[in-house]
Amino acid sequence: MSTLKLSNLSASYGTRPVLRGVTLGVAGGEALALVGPNGAGKSTLIRAISGVVPARGGEVWLDDVNLLTLSPSERAKRVAVVPQMIHLPDAFTVGEIVLMGRTPHLPLWAAESRRDCEIAWQAMKRTQIESLAERRAHELSGGEQQRAVIARALAQEPRVLLLDEPTAHLDLRHQIATLELIQSLAKDSGLVVLMTLHDLNQAAIYADRVALMSQGEIVAQGSAAEVFTAGQLSKVYGVRVALAAHPVHGTPLVAPIANGGHE
Amino acid sequence: MRKSRTLLLCGGTPPPLRSGCWELKQSHIIAMKPLVFCLAALAVSALAAVAIGAVPIPPGAIIALLLSRLPFFPASAPYPDTFATILFEIRLPRVALTALMGAALAAAGTTYQGLFRNPLADPYLVGVASGAGLGATIALTFPIPNTFIGMSLVPVGAFVGAIFTVALVVLSAQVGRTTPISTMLLAGVAVGAFTSAFTTFLMLRSPEGLRRAFNWLLGGYSGGGWLPVWIILPYLIVGLIILQFNARALNVLQLDEEQARQLGINVERLKLILVGAATLMTAAAVAFGGLIGFVGLVVPHALRMITGPDYRKLIPLSALGGAAFLILADLIARTVLAPTELPVGVVTALAGAPFFVFLLRRLKRSVF
Repeated sequence: MSTLKLSNLSASYGTRPVLRGVTLGVAGGEALALVGPNGAGKSTLIRAISGVVPARGGEVWLDDVNLLTLSPSERAKRVAVVPQMIHLPDAFTVGEIVLMGRTPHLPLWAAESRRDCEIAWQAMKRTQIESLAERRAHELSGGEQQRAVIARALAQEPRVLLLDEPTAHLDLRHQIATLELIQSLAKDSGLVVLMTLHDLNQAAIYADRVALMSQGEIVAQGSAAEVFTAGQLSKVYGVRVALAAHPVHGTPLVAPIANGGHE
Repeated sequence: MRKSRTLLLCGGTPPPLRSGCWELKQSHIIAMKPLVFCLAALAVSALAAVAIGAVPIPPGAIIALLLSRLPFFPASAPYPDTFATILFEIRLPRVALTALMGAALAAAGTTYQGLFRNPLADPYLVGVASGAGLGATIALTFPIPNTFIGMSLVPVGAFVGAIFTVALVVLSAQVGRTTPISTMLLAGVAVGAFTSAFTTFLMLRSPEGLRRAFNWLLGGYSGGGWLPVWIILPYLIVGLIILQFNARALNVLQLDEEQARQLGINVERLKLILVGAATLMTAAAVAFGGLIGFVGLVVPHALRMITGPDYRKLIPLSALGGAAFLILADLIARTVLAPTELPVGVVTALAGAPFFVFLLRRLKRSVF
């Protein structure tokens, strides 16, 4: 199984630094949740790993390959992204969109082979959208679009799966279904999974490890129990919180305190 | 209609689909039915256009005369010599040139609609038209010799003007090492306004050039026999090959630029390749035909409704469909008020606009 290692990764928008020397390791079979306030640099970190935002310094190693030196298509064979704002063109069917995941594996002029279709089909089965293969994107619900994009990412046959806010805009049932799917993609398929999450409680339950980001830096990483302390979270988010244990799983439950605790 | 664009695959386990399995059809890339339809439309319109005119030539005579030019067919056509002259020296070159222009404009329009992800895009979006107009007007109104080694300078001026203007638009739209689509559109508007104003200025300075320049701007056949056909043909062939090679990447670009990049497409390079290929084709076409409007807008949309959004089908089909459409429009332009010829751009707009509205009305949901 592969290991993803970020070493001292930096990036900036214009002159404003957004990532300041991020160092992080995620092993295959492991799901890591990036948490932190808006603007902490979580999405930028995902975009820097996937090569959409140029890195200003540092390295991104997948085993013995520095991803930052690869061509877009070589990188896309290894790293797949499920973006936050999903935009699917209306006119294409789900099957066609999932098949687009084969793009990095195909030479410019080549059509998809039977094998490419098989891989796309397996990806659709994995995300349980086979029955939607001939539907068009605008006929899908938010949760179905989300699974179509995850299937497209799986069709890339990546070793690293990056997800930006995979539960945003979903109802609770679909949030849980998505998180369980992501968890199984790490556990059963051995993918390196790195996702950003806003819900700290979900991060505590579904991620093997969490990394807390603030102002472009990782301020703490480890198990949820280690990272989610009242002091740490109050400092980073600027609100007072209380912690309890999950009644079933024992993972930390983070509860905000109204009015900063003053009656 | 839906069937022809369905991707089906025979997977290991038969999924619960109507067809029983998801099989990769041959029709995936070459859509047979629309292809046959477009080829038939092209053949019929070309035959009609060479048959109809001041001297009608019966279809039988056309076919016999064409065959007589082939080896192994003895030249025994019992038809007057004037038929052969009109066919081979007047009507066929005109039909061929019109077909090439229609093909270039429609394929370029299809490409720009995909590249800009905008259904209103046409081949003239990033300055080809205004640049060609300026170049042609300079050639028409300047007191310089109007021919160079026997060739009119108008197409040369139009071609050079078009290429320069698009290059100016692309260069002024660059931000760092990227060329954002929205900046390219805005730069196209700004540069287009400037060159159009300059064209108007030149036209008003030279009253005798005004009428000729105005006629050229509306678009139409400008004569010249077979020479323009051989000049345009390589641009069209090379351009179409480049577009077809990048058609799958153009499909992926429909997601959006960021997702396309994450799927391994070099988006910045793709944009420049597509604009370059579409510009060469369009510039070559308008150099001889003038600014024929509406072909590049209406033909891609009509075909999109028949074949769906796959650019691997849309680009070749729109080339065929554009050729057929413009041959018919040119036939109408030269026959409806014969012996006066209308500018073909007037016909494409008069016939194309209502057809476009009809298509829009039929549209239940966005096919774009």
